[in-house]
Amino acid sequence: MNFFSLLGRGFLKVLSDCGGIFLFFLKSLIYSFFPPYRVKLLIKHMEFIGVKSWLVVILTSLFSGMVTAYQVNIALAKVGSQSILGGVVALTLTRELGPVLTAVVVIARAGSAISAELGSMRITEQIDALKIMAVNPIQYLISPRLWAAILVLPLLTAISDFVGIAGGYVVGTFLLHIDPGLLTARMVDMVELKDIMSGIIKSIFFGAYLVTVCGYKGYYASGGAEGVGRATTEAVVISTVGILVVDYILTTLIF
Amino acid sequence: MITIKDLKKSFNGLEVLKGVNLTIPDGKITFIMGQSGTGKSVLLKHIVGLLKPDSGEIWFENKDITKLSEKELQKIRRKIGFLFQEGALFDSMTVKENIIFPLKEHFKMSKAEMEKIAEELLSAVDLLFAKNKYPSELSGGMKKRAALARTLALRPQVVLFDEPTTGLDPILQVSILELIKNLKEKYNLTCIIVSHDINLAFKFSDYIAFLHGGVIIEVGTPEEIKASNNEFVKKFIESALL
Repeated sequence: MNFFSLLGRGFLKVLSDCGGIFLFFLKSLIYSFFPPYRVKLLIKHMEFIGVKSWLVVILTSLFSGMVTAYQVNIALAKVGSQSILGGVVALTLTRELGPVLTAVVVIARAGSAISAELGSMRITEQIDALKIMAVNPIQYLISPRLWAAILVLPLLTAISDFVGIAGGYVVGTFLLHIDPGLLTARMVDMVELKDIMSGIIKSIFFGAYLVTVCGYKGYYASGGAEGVGRATTEAVVISTVGILVVDYILTTLIF
Repeated sequence: MITIKDLKKSFNGLEVLKGVNLTIPDGKITFIMGQSGTGKSVLLKHIVGLLKPDSGEIWFENKDITKLSEKELQKIRRKIGFLFQEGALFDSMTVKENIIFPLKEHFKMSKAEMEKIAEELLSAVDLLFAKNKYPSELSGGMKKRAALARTLALRPQVVLFDEPTTGLDPILQVSILELIKNLKEKYNLTCIIVSHDINLAFKFSDYIAFLHGGVIIEVGTPEEIKASNNEFVKKFIESALL
């Protein structure tokens, strides 16, 4: 009985969190269409989420591209199809690895910071202070971050795709000694615009999702400093796992 | 005038407010006294609409605050300021930016005008020298004074103070309350102060209300409270004078 009761309670908590996160997203989105329009905040958050993440994205993508080329080559060698290495690496990166890795890097760097900052504002009553000053806290704190992530994630993903493919090219050419002409020719043959766009479009969803989850967890944090830590951990775990779930759903349903 | 009628509020089955009835007169300082954890701050948060009651009414300017939507509450909140216990200053902004923030949100003013108002308010709370400091660089008393200046920026008619003297030494406690009294005269404010320091209440209040057991058990001027026959009030005053 206790087991089922716990199971039921856990299930209800998940449902309630899902509903809460969805409503939070809708509010953030709807409030952003009403004045005052917070352009300065949007730019500030674009800098924080985007500009300050590019170096980590480049490093992550470069090595992911390199290791992907190396591993894929081993598999292709078994069937004697090493000539298509460039195309396979580029497809893997543009359709999956680019957007997913970028989102995970942004969650680790910016998502956790968003959650911790909002959680700290909640427990020190700064969010209540905004309400008291007749300022809509969701419109002020969340909406600009939501749009910043929606605008910046596709750009970071494009950088990630480019750097990852370059990493794969370097490994393929210099380490695996595949003809550079053949490598690029297969890339051009196999990768279509819709492959690149599917990753870019996914990243828009990822941006909206990660800000909503991290923002929600921080915004409703409770229980002092420990509560802020718990909220940040939950935000990172839920958004990272969720990105993979959202990725699967988008891939099977749309792309 | 603010009129509270039969206000009830529970948290997780625990009834904190069990039917509070209280009238707050305009232009006066009213202290809400009581032991720690009796729901004084909860009552204050209901007045400004940060909490919704289970039942009851709070009337301000012919409107029941408890029934207002968030949008309607925003209009009311421009008239009711709230000083949080720890100040709740935005720690990413300097003291002056904290005061300019509500002005920027609600008025169309030039930067120079906003800066002038912020500096006037900081002078009023004797904190002009710290205008470019961040909240983390301020002491507890300075934070409260900066928060008071920010609260006054929107020119509220009513200011609610959540334990404005807690954590301060006796000299600072008196100076904060003298400041509140002076500002009340200067800006014709209605002040509601939550506290458990009866000596300060006797010195600075026009009215004192005692919250005990989830209800208001006694209301009156300091002299009336001193002469009260209520057992709890008598015990509270005696304990404070020990």
